[in-house]
Amino acid sequence: MSEVAPKIAITGAVDVASNHSVGIVHPQTAIFTAPLALDCGRSLPRYALVYETYGQLNEAGSNAVLICHALSGDHHAAGFNAETERKPGWWDSAIGPGKPIDTSRFFVVCLNNLGGCKGSTGPLSIDPTTDKPYGPDFPIVTVRDWVHAQHRLMQYLGLSRWAAVIGGSLGGMQVLQWSISYPEAIAHAVVIAAAPKLSAQNIAFNEVARQAIITDPEFHGGRYAEAGTLPRRGLMLARMLGHITYLSDDAMRAKFGRELRAGQVNYGFDVEFQVESYLRYQGTSFVDRFDANTYLLMTKALDYFDPAHECGDDLMTALAPAQADFLVVSFTSDWRFAPMRSREIVRALLAAGKRVSYAEIESNHGHDAFLMNIPYYHRVLAGYMANINWALEPQAGVL
Amino acid sequence: MIRPDWHIVEQWIAPHSRVLDLGCGDGSLMAHLLERRQVLAVGLELDDDQVAACIEAGLNVIQEDLDSGISDWFAPMSFDFVIVSQTIQAMRHPERLLADMLSIAREGIVTFPNMGYWRNRVQLGLLGHMPFNRALPNPWYNTPNIHLCTLTDFESLCDELGLEILDRAVVDSARRESALLRAFPNWFGEHAIYRIKRRA
Repeated sequence: MSEVAPKIAITGAVDVASNHSVGIVHPQTAIFTAPLALDCGRSLPRYALVYETYGQLNEAGSNAVLICHALSGDHHAAGFNAETERKPGWWDSAIGPGKPIDTSRFFVVCLNNLGGCKGSTGPLSIDPTTDKPYGPDFPIVTVRDWVHAQHRLMQYLGLSRWAAVIGGSLGGMQVLQWSISYPEAIAHAVVIAAAPKLSAQNIAFNEVARQAIITDPEFHGGRYAEAGTLPRRGLMLARMLGHITYLSDDAMRAKFGRELRAGQVNYGFDVEFQVESYLRYQGTSFVDRFDANTYLLMTKALDYFDPAHECGDDLMTALAPAQADFLVVSFTSDWRFAPMRSREIVRALLAAGKRVSYAEIESNHGHDAFLMNIPYYHRVLAGYMANINWALEPQAGVL
Repeated sequence: MIRPDWHIVEQWIAPHSRVLDLGCGDGSLMAHLLERRQVLAVGLELDDDQVAACIEAGLNVIQEDLDSGISDWFAPMSFDFVIVSQTIQAMRHPERLLADMLSIAREGIVTFPNMGYWRNRVQLGLLGHMPFNRALPNPWYNTPNIHLCTLTDFESLCDELGLEILDRAVVDSARRESALLRAFPNWFGEHAIYRIKRRA
C-alpha cells in the first residue's frame, strides 16, 4: 500500500501547487459563549462555528467576502485540507487567485452553518445540558438564525462589514437574509440560483427526502448514534432524489443516456443503467460524509425561508431595508430554482429601487450549474467582483 | 467614443433622472449619461457579451428579451425616461414596446434609421434593390432590421397609439444636424431621434 499512497499525494500536489488554487488551507474554530436566541423560540447557550479563510484581509479590513453554503455544503469551499486530498473544496471553480472571487484581492470567509455536521455545533455535538449528543433534539434552525450566527462570526473576525456576501441555492437565500437583517453590514449581495421562498413542489421533494430518512428502520427517532447504527438507506435515498432534482433532463441524457453497464439488459432489479449506478454511488458516498439529522435540519431551513411572509407576502417591502448592490444569476435549465424564481427577486429589488443586475446563464446542467465553470457565468461573476471598490461607498449614480 | 446623437439625447434628459435604456448594448450610452447627467440608470439587454460588458463596466443591466415584454419587470411610472436607441426596427412588436415603455416612464426617447433617407429611396426606387448602406449595413436576407420605417410612418404610429411628439431631431451619417436636415428631415435625415410621451 505504501507504494500507492505517494501516487495519490502527487495527484493532489499537482492541484495544490496550481497558480489558481488557494493551496493548503486549515479550518479554524470560533467558540461563542453568549446564547443565541433562535426563531423556534429555543436558544443555543454556546456554540462553535468552524470556518476557513482564503486571501489576506487588507489594513482597512474592507475586503472581506462571506461565502454561504448550500444544503450539503460546508466551510471547505476552496483549496485542499491536506496534500493527499484529491478533490478541492466545493466551490474551488470560483474561488482562488485570478478566479472570479479573486483571493489575491479579497479576504474570503466560508463557514459551516449551525446544525451542520462538519465541525460547527449541530446534532453530532454534545448538548451541555445532557452531556449527550443533541441528535434529534438539536433545535430547528432557520436561514435567519444562520445569518445571526454569521454576523457574530463577522464581529469575532474583527470585521464591521462585508464587501460582498455570496451564495448559491440555499446560500443565495442567506445572502438575501443578510441584506434584510444587516443592511449596513453588506455592500454587495450576489444571489445565485436562488428563490425568495420554496414552491410547493420544492417542499414536496424535501418531504420525500425527510420521509425516506425518518422511516428508515435504523433511524430510531434520530437516536441512531445511541443505537450504534445509521439510517444509511434513508439518507442514501434522500440524496439520490436530491441529485435527480439538481440535474436537468438534458444533462442526464448527455451524461448517461440509456447506457447499460453490462452492455445488455438482464431483466432484474440490479443496477443496469449507468444512471442507476451514478445515483447509487452518489447516495452511498454521501452517507459516509453526512449526518441524517443535519440533512433533516437543512431541508427544514429551506422550507421555512420566506422573508416576504412577515411583510404581508410582499417581497418588495421585505427587501426595502436592503442597502446593498445586487447581482442575481440564474441558469436556464435549473428547474429546482428556475430563472422565474430569480426574476421574482429582481422584480422586487427593482420595485424597491435597489441597484441590481441580472444575468440568465444558458446551461444544460440544471441546478448544479452554479458550481460549474461556465465561461459566461464566470465572466459575469468576475466582472461584478472586479467592480467592487472597497475604498468607496457604493457609487451614487448607478441604480 | 461619444456619438453626436448622444448629445441630443443628453440635452433632453434632466440631471439625476431615473433612466431605463432598452437594448442598452454594452452600456456606453448609460455610461455617457451617468457621467454627463448623473442619472440613475439601468439597462435591458439580451446578448450575453453585451450584458457581461455592462457588468464589467459597473453598470446595472437586466438580461431579458425586449420582445417578451417589459411591463412585467417595472412598476408603472418607475422611470423618468426610457430610451430605445437603434432598437425598435429590430423588434417583432415595436408598437407594443412603444405603448409599454410609456406606461413605465414619463417620457420616451426613440432613435432609429430613417427608411425615407434619400439614399434608401434611390436604392429602392431607382436602382430597384433593398437599401444597403452605412445606416442599413445588412443584406435583406440576413438583417436584424425587420421593421424599418420613415419619419412619417413613425409619426402616424405615435398618433395611433395616442403618443405626443415633444421633440424631433434628425442627423446625417456623421450624426450631426444641419439646416438642410431641418428643412427636409424625411429626405436627408439618416437617423431620427424622437422625444415622446403619452397624450394627456
